[in-house]
Amino acid sequence: MFYREAGDFKTSYRDDNQTFPIRLDRAGYWVAIAVAFGIVPFFVNDYWVNAIFAPFFIYAIAALGLNILTGYAGQVSLGTGGFMAVGAYAVYKLMVAFPEINIIFHVLMAGGITAVVGVLFGLPSLRIKGFYLAVATLASQFFLIWLFNKVPWFYNYSASGQINAPERSVFGIIVTGPNTEAWAKYLICLVFLVGVAWMARNLTRGMTGRKWMGIRDMDIAAEIIGVNPLMAKMTAFAVSSFFVGVAGALFFAVYLGAAEAGESFGISKSFLILFMIIIGGLGSIFGSFAGAAFMVLMPVFLKNVLVGGMGWPTDLAAHFEFMIVGGLIVFFLIVEPHGLAQLWRLTKEKLRLWPFPH
Amino acid sequence: MSLDMNANSYVTEDGRTIGPVVMDLKNITLRFGGVVAIKDISFNIREGEIRAIIGPNGAGKSSMLNVISGFYKPQEGEVWFRGAKRPPMRPYQVAQQGLARTFQNIALFDGMTVLDNIMTGRLNHMKTNLLQQAMWWGKAEKEELANREVCEKVIDFLEIQHIRKTPVGRLPYGLKKRVELARALAAEPSLLLLDEPMAGMNVEEKEDMSRFILDMNDEFGTTIALIEHDMGVVMDLSDRVVVMDYGKKIGDGTPDEVRNNQDVIDAYLGVSHD
Amino acid sequence: MSEQLLFAAEVTLNGLMAGVLYALVALGFVLIFKASGIFNYAQGVMALFAALTLVGIQQGQVPFSHLINAIFGTNIHHFPWQVPSIIAIILAAGVMVGFAWLVERYILKHLVGQPDIILFMATIGLAYFMEGFGDIMWGSEIKTLDVGLPSGLNETIDTVTYNWFGYGFFIDNLDIVAAVIAALLVAALTIFSQYSKQGRALRAVADDHSAALSVGISLRFIWVLVWSIAGFVALVAGIMWGAKSGVQFSLSLIALKALPVLMLGGFTSIPGAIIGGLIIGVGEQLFEFAIGPLIGGATQNWFAYVLALVFLIFRPQGLFGEKIIERV
Repeated sequence: MFYREAGDFKTSYRDDNQTFPIRLDRAGYWVAIAVAFGIVPFFVNDYWVNAIFAPFFIYAIAALGLNILTGYAGQVSLGTGGFMAVGAYAVYKLMVAFPEINIIFHVLMAGGITAVVGVLFGLPSLRIKGFYLAVATLASQFFLIWLFNKVPWFYNYSASGQINAPERSVFGIIVTGPNTEAWAKYLICLVFLVGVAWMARNLTRGMTGRKWMGIRDMDIAAEIIGVNPLMAKMTAFAVSSFFVGVAGALFFAVYLGAAEAGESFGISKSFLILFMIIIGGLGSIFGSFAGAAFMVLMPVFLKNVLVGGMGWPTDLAAHFEFMIVGGLIVFFLIVEPHGLAQLWRLTKEKLRLWPFPH
Repeated sequence: MSLDMNANSYVTEDGRTIGPVVMDLKNITLRFGGVVAIKDISFNIREGEIRAIIGPNGAGKSSMLNVISGFYKPQEGEVWFRGAKRPPMRPYQVAQQGLARTFQNIALFDGMTVLDNIMTGRLNHMKTNLLQQAMWWGKAEKEELANREVCEKVIDFLEIQHIRKTPVGRLPYGLKKRVELARALAAEPSLLLLDEPMAGMNVEEKEDMSRFILDMNDEFGTTIALIEHDMGVVMDLSDRVVVMDYGKKIGDGTPDEVRNNQDVIDAYLGVSHD
Repeated sequence: MSEQLLFAAEVTLNGLMAGVLYALVALGFVLIFKASGIFNYAQGVMALFAALTLVGIQQGQVPFSHLINAIFGTNIHHFPWQVPSIIAIILAAGVMVGFAWLVERYILKHLVGQPDIILFMATIGLAYFMEGFGDIMWGSEIKTLDVGLPSGLNETIDTVTYNWFGYGFFIDNLDIVAAVIAALLVAALTIFSQYSKQGRALRAVADDHSAALSVGISLRFIWVLVWSIAGFVALVAGIMWGAKSGVQFSLSLIALKALPVLMLGGFTSIPGAIIGGLIIGVGEQLFEFAIGPLIGGATQNWFAYVLALVFLIFRPQGLFGEKIIERV
């Protein structure tokens, strides 16, 4: 009964526009940030970072990126894995070529390069719509992976065809390479995630976001009221690819340490990220987080229960995971196309009225 | 009262000043394959007036509106806007010139709230770039709030304060029409096109809508071109009327002139064409 | 004729054969898309599942044996019998019909009227589900599928071409059989959809759901029917590909090969699927033959997609698709 806006009056449009209009939400948000930055780093160990936090943070960044393109701008992409690979290989080349520059800039530049590639592959979206486009984005997926496998320049002619992240540090703290401490990995991913989420929120609440959603909801009408479809779609591809590229760069440099294009960034990665935003909620920032958390936690949970608890063989558990993921996708699309985010909203709606629902 | 088409401005019976020509359509012909939707039509729209386009179903009214808003490209003829010939351009460029419109079958963005829909009307007035918007603090926020104020005025004017934050998809038909009008109005257009603003409404809603249209014209001096089926409404609202039939113009003038035009009477009473 | 040219001709012929198989998979997509407007991503997994089921029945595998063993600690694998190929094929077809019914009952019915893209994503979910389900039901190890189709070098062609050109063409018997079967299937489907009562109903549904309903066509029956046919087409495709390269996960990836075929041919056209399949089959073989060695090879991975993409930019509705008219 404390969770409501009654008495929390807004006297300016600025207050009315804020991200969390309800006081308790605002408090919860600041507490979460404080815990994530101030407390968790002191307690995390390798297992928690490698199994949960690092993949969660990185996938959340990628999911935010794809959600901007698919959830907000309505352009379905199945090429996310390929764009993550662009980010990964770009950051690798930059790290090797300019060791004196800070890794933070490398990651951002990798995002920028991915944005350019994304715009290039996004150009057909002007002519092609719906699942024609979805299938067309597969072209980028297959072509990019092939490129990184076949052109030795990208992996610096290494014999294994793999790329390995050299050791780099930020403010004297090692953040890439095998000697990275768990908390450093955790923090650098978190910093990027918070930055990306903040940008995503700003873009989607402003005119850029409205243009994207206009194109998504009714592209012809949007053009007639003054949205330049070329600009709207290209900015969506650029911003989305930038985020995805940053995610790919972190995935390789910080999380994996070594990568091979087909192995780490194959088509299954594209689907994984797509599933995150479907389950989490299309067109929702919170949904991107929820979906990423769900898809990271579920396999860990299943593995612990089925393999650890019930003694099933691992491959059987893996097949079971496929079934559950597929079933959940269908379930969510049938029951709640807006995903976990919508369920969360409905819960809050109920909570606001509690204990007097009428 | 007779009109002097060349005069820069004149005063109507009820004392409103009608300005010079804003939009001049010269010999427009539009074909779809072999079908001629509009045949050699010319008429103009003057600043500050309410201009109606009427005609039976399939007369080419909506096509005409689509030509004006740049969605259809006529095969022949010229569109003059504010004294300059309009070069071939995309619909969004036409909108940037100051045209706004509503649609016959409501074209709102269902996934967005009423407020966001109306804010999209402001997009030609907002200049911050992508980077500034990503950073939000400073320019982008200031611009957003300034434009929010304009939208709030429109919201007040159209009496839709209570549904501000409702997703448009949930609204009933009549309110959707009003929100669409709000979106067009928020653009502060120099020419507002309304495609059957009262289609499918009951009497009460029609009265509301007529009031809004008259007030808009009166308070903001908005130039309005509208298509409407309801003859009574058209005759009451508009300063001048264009009548179309089978893609041709069969009448043009004040409501009284049009009402007494033999061709118009024939078209509406269904005299056979031969 | 020069050696190079003959070699290219052989590559072309092999490409045509592969193209027929692509067309066969694409056909399943087109059928479902025409009748329900659903872009069925699961078509490839359906082929895998059908092939797995066929092999499972043929060899008398116990369904879910891994799961049963894991839960009850038993160690069962096979029934003490083998089923003749023809009966196994009929049974597998029956399973696919049952599957079609389940899909209609538990998925499609609940998604009527949703945007196309939601339906598309639902079929991706379905594909994942079936992949896991198929593996749990029949096990994930690579299986050989043998229903008595001929395979290996066709010696007649080899001899004849050798006598003509002094160079023997290598054409696999299996490819020839596949091409013949695919051609028959296409002819049968065309006749069915043009001349039978159900076929007419099917085209009516494709045109307009509500109009079809209003003249008394049962939408649900049509959907079950069309998914059954698609299941049958998947079974045929599964047999062909399974016989060629074994029944394993990668079989489901032929769906990915069929997608560019569809983009090229248009989603709604049966002739489009065939011609698109042939173009892509020949195109990717010739491209790999001519350009592949220069840029590192394995261009088959992406050639079809890039070709389709470039093509679509100039003709967004595909070769035979209906032109999209936009209005407000």
